[in-house]
Formats: sequence, C-alpha cells, structure tokens
Amino acid sequence: MEQQIIKVKNKRGVKVIPGFKLSLGVTLSMLGILVLIPLASVLISASQLSFAEFISVVTSRQVMSGYVVSISCAFLAALVNAVFGLLITWVLVRYDFPGKRLMDGLIELPFALPTSVAGISLTYLYSDKGWIGALFAEAGIRIAYTRTGITIAMVFVGIPFVVRAVQPVLEKLDRQYEEAAEMLGAGRIYTFFHVVLPELFPALLAGFGLAFARGIGEYGSVVFIAGNIPNKTQIAPLLIMTKLEQYKYSDATAIALVLLVVSFLLMLFINSVQLYMQRFSRG
Amino acid sequence: MTKREQRTYQQDIVGDGISSIQKVREPRREESGQGIRYLLIGICVLFLFVMLVLPLIVVITNALRDGWAAYREAVFDEYTVKALQLTLLAAAAAVAVNTIFGVFASYLLSKFYFRGRQILAALIDIPFSISPVIAGLVFILTFGNVGWMGDFLKAHGIKIVFAVPGVILATIFVTFPFVFRELFPVMNAQGKDEEEAAALMGAGGFTIFRRITFPHIKWALLYGVILCAARALGEFGAVSVISGHLRGKTNTLPLHVEILYNEFNTTAAFAVSSVLVVLAVLILIARNVVEKFSRAKE
Repeated sequence: MEQQIIKVKNKRGVKVIPGFKLSLGVTLSMLGILVLIPLASVLISASQLSFAEFISVVTSRQVMSGYVVSISCAFLAALVNAVFGLLITWVLVRYDFPGKRLMDGLIELPFALPTSVAGISLTYLYSDKGWIGALFAEAGIRIAYTRTGITIAMVFVGIPFVVRAVQPVLEKLDRQYEEAAEMLGAGRIYTFFHVVLPELFPALLAGFGLAFARGIGEYGSVVFIAGNIPNKTQIAPLLIMTKLEQYKYSDATAIALVLLVVSFLLMLFINSVQLYMQRFSRG
Repeated sequence: MTKREQRTYQQDIVGDGISSIQKVREPRREESGQGIRYLLIGICVLFLFVMLVLPLIVVITNALRDGWAAYREAVFDEYTVKALQLTLLAAAAAVAVNTIFGVFASYLLSKFYFRGRQILAALIDIPFSISPVIAGLVFILTFGNVGWMGDFLKAHGIKIVFAVPGVILATIFVTFPFVFRELFPVMNAQGKDEEEAAALMGAGGFTIFRRITFPHIKWALLYGVILCAARALGEFGAVSVISGHLRGKTNTLPLHVEILYNEFNTTAAFAVSSVLVVLAVLILIARNVVEKFSRAKE
C-alpha cells in the first residue's frame, strides 16, 4: 500500500486527484469555442490585407489621431486615477470615519453601472448647461466635447482598478516599518515616500496599467461626451465602429489589430509586474 | 518648533528628562496628524462625490423631471420591457456559462501542475484586456457575412450576428474571465493537500469537489457571479457592435438608452437609465453583503 502511494506521488501528483482530463477538456473547449476561435478570426481577416493596405489604413490621419486621442487621454486618466486611487486606498485602510463602508462599497460603481448610462450622465453633467459644465463655461472652459471630457469619462471607468490593486497590499503592510522610520527621525512625508510607497509601487503600477488598458479600449462612457469631432475627439474604438457601419470590415480589422497589440503589450507589462511582486513577497 | 514648546523642552532637559520630552512631542504630532487626516478624507469624499455620486443624482433628477406619468410611460414602454428581458437573458446565460467555465478552469489550474499552465491562465484573461468594440468585432468577423463561418451559417439558415445569439455570445465573451478570476486565487491558496488526502482515501471526483473544494470557494463563487452579472447587465460596446440595434428584437437596456438619447428623447433615456442605476446599486449592495459574510466566516 505504502509503495503504491509513493508511486502515484512520483508522477508529480497529477494522477492523485481525479478529474484532470475532464476539467482540462471542459476548460480548453470552452476557451477555444468562446474566445480563441473568434479571436483568431481577426488574424484570419487581417491576413487577407496586404501590408501596404494595412499601413495606409493605420497611418491615415483620422486613425492616427484616434490612436493619439485614445492613448493620451487614457494615460492622463490613469495618472489621475493612480494619484486619487492611492489617496482613497490610504484613507480607506488607515482611517476610521463615519460612512467608510459606504465609500468602500461605492468604489465598484463604475463597474456595475452600464457604460452608456455613465456616458449620458457625464455628458449632461459636464455640458455647458450641466451642473459642473456651467461653472467652467463661465470661465470659458469647455469640458464636454473636448479631450478634457474624454479624460474625465476615462477617469470614471478607471477608479476601481487602482484602489482594488493597492488595497490588499496596504492592508498587509506592517506598520512597524513606519514606526521604526519615525522613531529614527524621519518625517511623515519622508516616511511615506521612502518606506510606504516603495512597498505599494508594484501594485500601484499594476492598477495603473489596468486603468490605462481599460481607458484605451473604453467606448460606451466616452462616446457621448467626446462629441466625435473628426481628427479631434474621435477615439480609436469609435473609428472601428464607424468603419463597421460603413461595411469596411478590413479597415476595422486593421485598426483593431493595432489596438490589440497595444493591449497585449500592456497586459504583458502588468503580468511581469505581478510576477515580480509575487517573487518579491516570497523572497 | 514654536517658541513656547522650545521653552518647555529646555525646561524639561533641566527637569526630569525623556518622559517629558515625549509629552511635548506627542500632542504636536497628533494635531498635525488630525489636520492631514481630515484634509485627506475631505479630498476623497469630494472626489468620489463629484465623480461617482453626482452622475447618479443627474440620472435620477432627469428621469423624474417631466413627472411620474412620463417616467412610468418610459419605463413600462413595450420596447423597454423587451430590452430588459433580453438584458436579463444575456446576463443569465453569461453567468451560467462563465460559472461552469470558472469552476472547471480554476480547479484545473489550482489542483494540477502541467506544462503551459501559465499560458492558459494568460489566455483566459484576454477578454478582460481588450476593447469591448473589438470583442463585438471578432464575432462579426467569425459569424457575419464576411466571416469564415458566414457562408455555412447562411446555408443552414442560422443567424448569429444582428440576432439574439450574437448578443448572448458577445456578453459571454466580455465577462468570460470574471468567475475564474475570483475563484482561482482562493483555490490556489487552499492548495491541494485536502483533495489529495480524500482521493487517496478513495473519494470520487464529484464527491471531492462537493465535500472538500466547494465549501472553501462558495463565497468567492458567489462574489464572482455577482461581478459577472454586474458586467453582463451593463455591457454596451460589444453588444452595440453585434446587435444591429433592432428595436424589440436585439436591443438590450444599455443600447435602448443610447437609442433614446440619440433621438433627443432625453427624459426617457434617463428614465430607462434609472432602472439600470437601481440594478447597479442592488448589485453593489449584494456585493458588500457577500463580502461581509465571507469575512465573518473567515
């Protein structure tokens, strides 16, 4: 009996727990049918494009401006989210105050609220006649139908990412280090930037990356507030949409392919940050 | 250090030493700490109020601005009700499919070690990172007229793009990793010792799952289902690409909002939105209740 057990264990434990073949089969077939095969269609469709065609679509003025708008606004929005997300996490983890649970529960709202609802609501709020838009309109600043508006909509959708990435790390962070730093004479600000922030940084970076990726791909909440002025406030996902409505499928594929590559690179970056985090916390 | 404190400090050095130095330092730090604390909390409250709460208030006030009668007319409109039905159908399908997938995939990746495990995990995460518009596009390029399966489907009279199956497929696609992402860390942290022990004592696969794995993951599973439902109910971009916006047929509630808004029927758009706001708030409450319970159980 004993020998039998050892034999089984020698095969790296694979055979001990039943259900390997079943779960592998279910996982692979569902993943294949629902995700991988449809995704492969983009590559199939893209392979029918010649390289020259692809370049001419992707580098056309309208498309280039779409990429620039999407990526620059998403980057700015992710930066805003990194700063405010860190602040909100700090307040949620370190302070006690009435309404804290409500605040914590509210963070996921952008996740649960349909993007079209967020889109029309933000547009109303920041238009020249809206509650916030009117204040800025008096000062001559327009928010809706400009890149500022796009950035605000992207900030809205990105809020949960940074908070939820940093929160567990900050919760686990031992306060002894901070106490030690302060005992040794470091000020609060010095302690925060030299003791706390380095610990949080990988998580912050991962949250930033997720918010950035979400912003680049975001369509619903942005499309209303953007106003979609050609070469100015058209985002890249909208261009895909427009090309599809014109039945220019190959153009849409070309634009999508570049966006896919960008988001893959971002995900690769986030994954390596997380891998680094795991090693870091283990070592 | 202010002048007065300095004086106390010097007096204390002459006097009884260390303990009174602390006495001087402590209150000063506490005071500035309190100030920063209220400032930070204030900034957060203001930011979240402007960014998250204000849009909700906008939806509700605009929905009711033409009175109850107009509100009820918009909400109980035939097309709104049909859109709600399709939204719920798509969300239910997404939750069912993704729960089955999530359970099997996280069981596979946490209980067994095999080559390509990391790659598989990365592949599952793909739908999370790509634009919803692209998620819709992939189905058009697969099942649409231009797609490589388009001719086959046409010959057999099956319609996926611009029809209900397309809406459901797109919803499943965008929410695909959600249950998995919640389950996998929990199962992985639990390890596989208990399952191995049970297997060596002769338990079958289903028994092991039901009696050993499931009790550990039930809260995480519920949590994943809630997140999946939230995203499925609200999906807009992907569904917008593939639905074709056929009123009363392939229109989901978020799409219906867009159509009403583009027709300058703003009040109705906000009225329909308010239904979705209520759903979103209910989901958030459910999420918090589940989180509270799961923390209490730990």
